[in-house]
This record gives sequence, C-alpha cells and structure tokens, in this order.
Amino acid sequence: MKRLALFTVLLLTLGWSISSVAGINTFVFDTPENEQRFKKLAAELRCLVCQNQNLADSDADLALDLKNEIYDMIQAGKSDAEIIDFMVARYGDFVLYRPPVKPITYMLWVGPFLLFVLGAVVLVMFVRRRNQDVLESGELSSEERRRLQGLLKEQHKGSGSKGTSK
Amino acid sequence: MKARFLIPLAVFLLLIGLFLVGLQLDPREVPSPLIDKPAPQFSLPDLQDESKTVSTEDLKKHKVSLFNVWASWCVACRQEHPLLVELSRQGVVPIYGLNYKDKRPDALNWLNRLGNPYTASAFDEKGRVGIDWGVYGVPETFVVDSKGVIRYKQIGPITEEAWQETILPLIEKIRAEEG
Repeated sequence: MKRLALFTVLLLTLGWSISSVAGINTFVFDTPENEQRFKKLAAELRCLVCQNQNLADSDADLALDLKNEIYDMIQAGKSDAEIIDFMVARYGDFVLYRPPVKPITYMLWVGPFLLFVLGAVVLVMFVRRRNQDVLESGELSSEERRRLQGLLKEQHKGSGSKGTSK
Repeated sequence: MKARFLIPLAVFLLLIGLFLVGLQLDPREVPSPLIDKPAPQFSLPDLQDESKTVSTEDLKKHKVSLFNVWASWCVACRQEHPLLVELSRQGVVPIYGLNYKDKRPDALNWLNRLGNPYTASAFDEKGRVGIDWGVYGVPETFVVDSKGVIRYKQIGPITEEAWQETILPLIEKIRAEEG
C-alpha cells in the first residue's frame, strides 16, 4: 500500500517536471545568444498583472503574450534596446525592474545614499557629544568617590571569601 | 533643550503622514505613458460584422469618444456595464469597444443578454491591439479626442464617482475646446 502511494507520487512528480520543462521549451531560438537575451529580458521586465513577479516567473495570460512578443521581436532581429523601448512605450517605466535615472526617479536612486549619509552624520555627532560629556565630567565628586570605595571594598571581600572556600 | 525630545516625535509623525498617503494610492494603477499621446493605430474586424472594420479613424470622427476594453470573461466588466448602457441610451458620448481576447460567440451572447452600449466593438482575438494600448487589466477605458489623442485612462471599472468627478467633466472640457 505504502509502496503504491510512493509510486503514484513519483509518477505525479515526474509528469509535473516533464510538463514544466515543456513550458520552458516552447520558445526555440536559432542561437544560444538569442536564448540568453530572451531569458535576460524576461527576467528584467515586470509582469503588469502580478506586479511583484517578472515576466519569466509569471504564468499570467498577459505575461505569456508579452513573452511571445519578446520572442517574435528577437526572431525579427530587434535589439534589446528596441524591445525595452517597445515595452516602456506601452506600459511606462513601471515594467522595468531597473528604472532609468531621470528627475522623477532621482529620489529612488539617491534616497538610500542620502539616508546613509544622514545616519552617519547623526552617529558621528552623537558619539562626539558623548565623548565630550565624559571628558567634561571626568572628575568624580567626593560623594561618588566614597561610593566607589565602598563598592570596591565589597567586591574585594566577596572574591576573598570565594577564594577561601575553594 | 526640550526641543530635542520633539525630534523623534516629528520623525514619527512624518512617517505616519507618508504611510497615510501611501495607503490611499492604488499600486494597481500604473500611470500610462500614452496619456496626451496619439492613440495607437489599429484596424480590426467589427465584432458583430466581420466584413466591416473598426479603426483609430472611427474614434476621430467624434469630438470626444470613449474606448472601452471589455471581454465576456471579465467579471469587473459586468460591474460597469449598466453605466455604459445608460450612457449610450442617453447618448452622452459615443462608446467604442475593444473586445479583448474573447471568443466571438461568447462576446455576442454577452451583448445580447446585457445590452450593447457600443457604437462598434473591435474584435481583438489575440490581444495584440490590447498590448499596443498598454492594456493590462480589463476593463480599461480611454477618453480620446477628435485628433485621436488619448486624454485619460480609467483602469478598472468606471465607478459612478470616477464618472461624475473625472470623466464627465473631462468630456465637457474637451467638447468646449473643440467648440
């Protein structure tokens, strides 16, 4: 019984992997370079329907259509730039996982570095001020000195008693 | 000295403000690069009469027209359909349809049952014209003026609110421009 179940699972997974391989191989290219270009483009373009997936990973209807478009354009000898322009003209910069640098995307590109610099400046200021505080109040007051003496004495006693018990 | 403690509070409030704005935005609404650009050229068979064609030129015949992307398999199209039928009954604005990736009998059946608000519907079986128009979620509706320029794109069904506050005022504005 157990063996039969195992066998069924095996068959199912085998069938599954064959069908998924078939899914990838529907696009046949003349040269391996073209196949690489296709894979790169499909990985860099966003699926509009599922938004957080690229075309390569998406099984949405539109994603399949767009992959077909890319395939046709590659076969027709279009360059990568032409294919990307084709997509941007229709769906905007949003289709690109790597948006172009232009005024509207400056914040996107520069923002993280600005935050980093801001963080670094705040950190330096904080550390400096703390050092200054320590320097300014470097001397202990007589009250603090008495407490320190007390603490040191206590600790000395404690460790001493431990030592004798050994 | 006290003001220093207000800085984290100010940063916190700023973040809350940004989050509130972010929540109002719909990530599904991708701004179309086609706004204020000439509508993509197309020529497709008429859904109802294969011998006729529907093209960009048809849209230019009117001062302003709507170009509505629909399909019988599209659930949200059903939601906006009564509004389109009502607009066409009152003759507010000519409505052209782009029947997107549909089967002809299904589409015709849909129109027969729910009413046909369209002056004509172009039959885009393969969805190729849909790609040219940057369609990614049906229904979508474009407002096109007499020069064939896309003036506005509604993504998703036309709601009563979108119609009253955005689309109708725009249609009136375009009519006024054209005189």
